[in-house]
Amino acid sequence: MKTLLSLVVWFVLWEIAGRLKLSTIVPPFSAVIEAMFEIAPTEKFGKAAIITLRSFGLGMGLALVVGIPLGIVMARVKGIGRLLGMWVNIFVSAPISALVPILMAVLGIGETTVVVTVFLFAVFVITLDTQVGITHADRSLVEMARSFGAKRHQLYTKVLVLSALPEILAGVRLGAIRGVKGVVIGQLLVAIIGVGELFEVYSNNFLMEEFWALVLIVFLFAFAISEAIAALERRVEYYAASR
Amino acid sequence: MTEAIVEVKGIGKTYDSGVEALRDVNLSFPKGQLSTLLGPSGCGKTTLLKIIAGLLPRNAGQVLVKGKPVDGPGPERAFVFQDFALLPWASVLRNVAFGLELRGEPKEKREEVARKYIAEVGLKGFEHRYPAQLSGGMRQRVGLARALTVDADIILMDEPFSSVDEQTRRKFQEDLLDLLRHHQKTVIFVTHSIEEAAYLSDQIALLSPRPGRVSKIVRPNVDHSRSPDEIRRDRGYLDTVDEIWGMLRQYV
Amino acid sequence: MRRWQIASFALFFGLWELTGRWPVSPAFPPFSNTFLALIEMIRDGTLGKAYLITAQPLALGIVLCAVAGIAFGIGMGLSRAIEWLSLPVFIILQAAPMAAIIPLLTYMYGIGLTSKVLAVIMLAAPVIVMNSYKGIRNTPPSLLQMCRSFQGTRVQEVVKIVLPHAAALIFTGLRLGLAMGFIGIVIAELLITPTGIGDLISYHSSTADYPKMFATIASIVAVAAVSLHLLQRVEFRLFPRD
Repeated sequence: MKTLLSLVVWFVLWEIAGRLKLSTIVPPFSAVIEAMFEIAPTEKFGKAAIITLRSFGLGMGLALVVGIPLGIVMARVKGIGRLLGMWVNIFVSAPISALVPILMAVLGIGETTVVVTVFLFAVFVITLDTQVGITHADRSLVEMARSFGAKRHQLYTKVLVLSALPEILAGVRLGAIRGVKGVVIGQLLVAIIGVGELFEVYSNNFLMEEFWALVLIVFLFAFAISEAIAALERRVEYYAASR
Repeated sequence: MTEAIVEVKGIGKTYDSGVEALRDVNLSFPKGQLSTLLGPSGCGKTTLLKIIAGLLPRNAGQVLVKGKPVDGPGPERAFVFQDFALLPWASVLRNVAFGLELRGEPKEKREEVARKYIAEVGLKGFEHRYPAQLSGGMRQRVGLARALTVDADIILMDEPFSSVDEQTRRKFQEDLLDLLRHHQKTVIFVTHSIEEAAYLSDQIALLSPRPGRVSKIVRPNVDHSRSPDEIRRDRGYLDTVDEIWGMLRQYV
Repeated sequence: MRRWQIASFALFFGLWELTGRWPVSPAFPPFSNTFLALIEMIRDGTLGKAYLITAQPLALGIVLCAVAGIAFGIGMGLSRAIEWLSLPVFIILQAAPMAAIIPLLTYMYGIGLTSKVLAVIMLAAPVIVMNSYKGIRNTPPSLLQMCRSFQGTRVQEVVKIVLPHAAALIFTGLRLGLAMGFIGIVIAELLITPTGIGDLISYHSSTADYPKMFATIASIVAVAAVSLHLLQRVEFRLFPRD
């Protein structure tokens, strides 16, 4: 509750700043909210949203399908872990946006590039956190399972992955946040589809209310996804605490 | 009867969560003696110790030090922490001198005093090591040296040996008694180990849990002039241990 | 350790060479061509010049961010009031795709140094502030109690305990902030009128000189990776984890 109150203070300040016309690019908060309700039901926004969500979903899906198994393999097979570990670490903090021009050159200017951008933004942190989670999975649990005759696949499904779930989910959450950044940056650089295109259109035509409304919508989306996964993390953490 | 240097009268403490930790606790601690607060988990012994130290506020009652009521920490009381509470980025020397540093004592003077006590606790030569390089037992010696360096009359020890292994613990107990023979200190000690309490104490206050209150005061009949190993087989010591266990077992 | 690193590099560059030679796309040059292009660009100074231009807003932005961000993070950690007001904002900013706002900077501050410095600050600030804040807030309560038991004043508590303890996380924040700074400057140079490294990338892209474009991109990724790695080594030296 206290948190919401502090945000309300900011919204009020925003409103005042807008009314006082302190800056040409900052319209009053109420105008932005109004614009938000205006553009949300439009067809143009709907199309942009669908394209964006589609790219985001595909990119994230790929990142999960590749990243989590890769992280598990890297944790369990020391050789692969050492071989690939350096690169994962480099790319986790690297400016991936620098790679987007390459993607544009090779894959063209379109949705594919954006999907691959999302994938690249998200996959490395998912892989890294999965690897860390599996590596630090409770050794005594593994030994216990082995002592009761657990077969290999049982070890993975019943012990390892579950034990590492908090770290894996943390990685997925960070990956999702990066994925949203990826879809926005990808679309901004590609500039002809999705919300990236809308951002360009609004800022080029100085439609500030619409621009900030879109910013709010995208920020809210990023926040919502992050919180949804965090809620999952909290549910899983209860058993992590007993580790 | 030796005069009391610390007295607690009618101490009550209730946590914000509504849990009543202590109720109407009355105790006096004789000067120059080692008194122990002993009891099972949840009996409030650490809470009581921290109230005496002035680190926790109380809801009722008074703490009197040398006859005067006190509300917060003071120079006449020094605390030794269960988890050592050492500054990880500071050397042993700086850690031991920290109490004097906070008082504004000049560097040379406080380091001189610190060195003396570092040697007394058996850590001579380790002045420039860092806590990360020390074992648990050594870290606690640093904590003890720090408490001695500020020359407080009363030393409060919160389960100081519970984070070290059994062998180190025994050595520690023996060294502690040795040390106290040379310095006229009053010690208030918290532990859940009956053997430790019987070995070290002149007076043991048994606390019963939920809410914490004093159930009995025991004065062990232990002859400390004998060797440590003899003491542990002494009749008086063993009887004390049995007596206390008989009173505490109902709470387990 | 060494052997694995060499094997890892060899694997990566080997794969690059092979996929480059495979006729999948003309825009994907093999490693050898890229490497030669890199040498050429270093020789004729174009790479050096570009880095000089790019380094300015990056360095300026990070330094400003560090000073203001750390100060603000410490303020948030020490004052409940500041924390109440700013924490929700920074939590949102950390998750938010700040890049969306970068094109807007040109409208306010033109296409010069200011916009780029602001782009760096906007991306780096949240992580620097949050790490400084967490460093302050996570001071072990036992150390604070110890200080109080020896009658330390609040000022002594902050100066002798809270701040030294926070130093480790503050440094981590700076390292992560630099990583975000690299990201910010690259996006800024690709989106706003290109200068420096961004310009090189865009120019070689438009002239279809793919080896040189790849070389530039690889160089910025390498520069970022090396500087962050060095910072991490310094960090582990200064703040050993036991």
